Amino acid sequence: MNIITAKDLNLYYGSFQALKNITMDISAQNITAFIGPSGCGKSTFIRTLNRMNDLIPDVRITGDVTFLGENIYDKSVDATLLRKRVGMVFQAPNPFPMSIYDNIAYGPRIYGTKKRILLDEIVEKSLRDAAIWDEAKDRLKKSALSLSGGQQQRLCIARALAMQPEVLLMDEPTSALDPISTTKIEELVMELKKKYSIVIVTHNMQQAARISDYTAFFLLGELLENNNTNAIFSNPKDKRTEDYITGRFG
Amino acid sequence: MREKVKLKTTNSKNAKTGNNNDVGIISQKLPFKRRFHGYIMKGFIFFCVAFAVSLILFLIGYIFYRGLPHVTFSMLTSTPSLLRGTVGILPNLLYTVYIIFTTLIISLPIGIGAAVYLNEYATNRRLVRIIEFTIETLAGIPSIIYGLVGFLIFVRMMGGATILSGSMTLSILVLPTVVRTTQEALKTVPISYREGSVALGATKWYSIRTIILPSSLDGIVSGVILAIGRMVAESAALLFTAGAGHALITNYFAALQTGGRPLTVALYFYATEPGQWGDVSSTDVAFAIAAVLIIIVLVLNFLTKLLKRKLKKI
Amino acid sequence: MGRTNFENELKQLHTEIIEMGSFVETAIEDSIRAFRNNDFDLCKKIIENDKTVDEMERKIESKCLWMIAREQPIANDLRKITAALKLITDMERIGDHASDIAELTMRIEDKNAFADSEHILEMATTAIEMVRDAVTSYVNYDLELAKATEAKDDIVDNYFNLIKQEHIDMLSKEQDNIDSAVDFLFIAKYLERIADHAVNICEWVHFSKTGEYKNTLIF
Repeated sequence: MNIITAKDLNLYYGSFQALKNITMDISAQNITAFIGPSGCGKSTFIRTLNRMNDLIPDVRITGDVTFLGENIYDKSVDATLLRKRVGMVFQAPNPFPMSIYDNIAYGPRIYGTKKRILLDEIVEKSLRDAAIWDEAKDRLKKSALSLSGGQQQRLCIARALAMQPEVLLMDEPTSALDPISTTKIEELVMELKKKYSIVIVTHNMQQAARISDYTAFFLLGELLENNNTNAIFSNPKDKRTEDYITGRFG
Repeated sequence: MREKVKLKTTNSKNAKTGNNNDVGIISQKLPFKRRFHGYIMKGFIFFCVAFAVSLILFLIGYIFYRGLPHVTFSMLTSTPSLLRGTVGILPNLLYTVYIIFTTLIISLPIGIGAAVYLNEYATNRRLVRIIEFTIETLAGIPSIIYGLVGFLIFVRMMGGATILSGSMTLSILVLPTVVRTTQEALKTVPISYREGSVALGATKWYSIRTIILPSSLDGIVSGVILAIGRMVAESAALLFTAGAGHALITNYFAALQTGGRPLTVALYFYATEPGQWGDVSSTDVAFAIAAVLIIIVLVLNFLTKLLKRKLKKI
Repeated sequence: MGRTNFENELKQLHTEIIEMGSFVETAIEDSIRAFRNNDFDLCKKIIENDKTVDEMERKIESKCLWMIAREQPIANDLRKITAALKLITDMERIGDHASDIAELTMRIEDKNAFADSEHILEMATTAIEMVRDAVTSYVNYDLELAKATEAKDDIVDNYFNLIKQEHIDMLSKEQDNIDSAVDFLFIAKYLERIADHAVNICEWVHFSKTGEYKNTLIF
């Protein structure tokens, strides 16, 4: 089943076209990796999936992105409700300057969850799901900034999970982390795909090969190749894909 | 390898003959002309710094020397009265506090609101640039002109110079400071906080209220204290707009309707109008007020540093 | 185009495998010549040379493993290296069999007892041809040639069956040279195995180009 579908998607920053006629399906309960050299549009594309590009002025979009059959760029769609269901984790860990507990409770509180018992439950569950409960349970009231980089990133994942999203978008979630933290996040992501559909942008080819079920290769704003990961990493159809994944350019 | 050895031998030869001219690139001495130039510049800069610092130290020292002996408990707690022979500055102190308080109430919401708009909401870059330019210009206008405008607009509107009309005038004066420091503070909040919040489904206003303003609080607070410093020190803008009374009014709301001289204005009048209260001359009072003002400003500066450090720790 | 160092290593790997290929090619040609001419000196040389083949295999294996560890190859690169690892095993076996044939040649007492040894020479010619073509197909990644070579395996198999039948017929008539006959049959068997290894090499060449091995996509 496809959870998100993009059709003839074009995106312009002013007069610069950053995405060209992207058409692709994103499969539910799978990990889809976006790869490609810097500036190829993969980060831009992942940000169209929960309308994070709305924050940038002078962005123009044509074409459709449907999430569970609904066009998310329709005028009647409330972007905040969309983002509640399509969560996002960013390149650099970005915990808010507040306690670990408040970080996780931040999302639920937006939507009016105030009861302590309820919040306690959400916080524990989210931290457990993000495999950071054991490290955080004794310091919930401490500042989230006191955690290490890898822990902060798992906290950010927990924070996204607290909204019980259906899709989790991850924009290079491990590029700022050391190898051990990276491994932990990778294992976590593979665990999470049982419940969530995950899209991950990565510069790390091995990472895409290790954890993803599908891989999409972007170049200069175009989606050049999109296939299951095994096919991309063994027999890419496009010569440019092969050159990229084997490190011949980019 | 062979070359290296060769080099070594020539070096040691030089050392033996005491020829220091080509010991190495780094240890070579600069030509005399360039060294001389360096010394001159160093000396000149040192002189400038010494001059500026000693000037300030002399000013503060002189004011304290002339003023502090007259800063007595009775002066700080009484009103000026020819009958009782007292020259208390308590009313002026109170007026200063009233004006600071009122000005903050008026200028903070407007100033912070404007900064939030400019930094978070405005999408029209050109409009923002025009507004920012206007604000900068506003900051450069001599304060007596604010006084004049305040006199022509607020004083007439109020039907007389009062604490309220003075505060309104002062609000316009400090607005650029508040807007600019708040903007600077907002700019230090990482974009990642905004993204993180919005990605969780928060609206823009919710993000601003719960993340952006709290995490820029230290900058805003130091801006506010800076603005208070300006209010304490301002005299020209209040000369015509804050009134001339020196009765002791403890009711804040009553004070708003009445005119009164804050410390700086009082200082101006004591310094220009000769008078004698017992063994205290009006010049002595002026120096005493100056000493009090400097102490307040120093305390405010110290407070800013302290608060900044405190708030940064979170 | 990046990865100059890796590219050079891949090229060097290719060259080393071609060297190993032509080395075993020579070994098997020599062993047949020694067999035909009863040249025991040549036999000893072949047996001695087999050590070199083993060394070559070790060296290439090590090179491949280090390339995998250092460069984390994928797609085409990984196929090339994997195919290399596989096909050097086959080359090494061909080398072994060449030395086996040389050993047997020194043991067979009466070669002339087998009047129909023409068949075994024809069989050897085909097998050698197959080895040569297999190596050539690797040199140029020539899938056509690889396929044609694989097809020749049937010819060698037929020769083997023919020679086997001749031995059975002969031994049922007279039992004077049983010992030599068994050795002789072994040589035929080795030749048949050599052809099989040549086929394997062709299959790995095919794999390194397409990812398919025996018509199944494995990478």
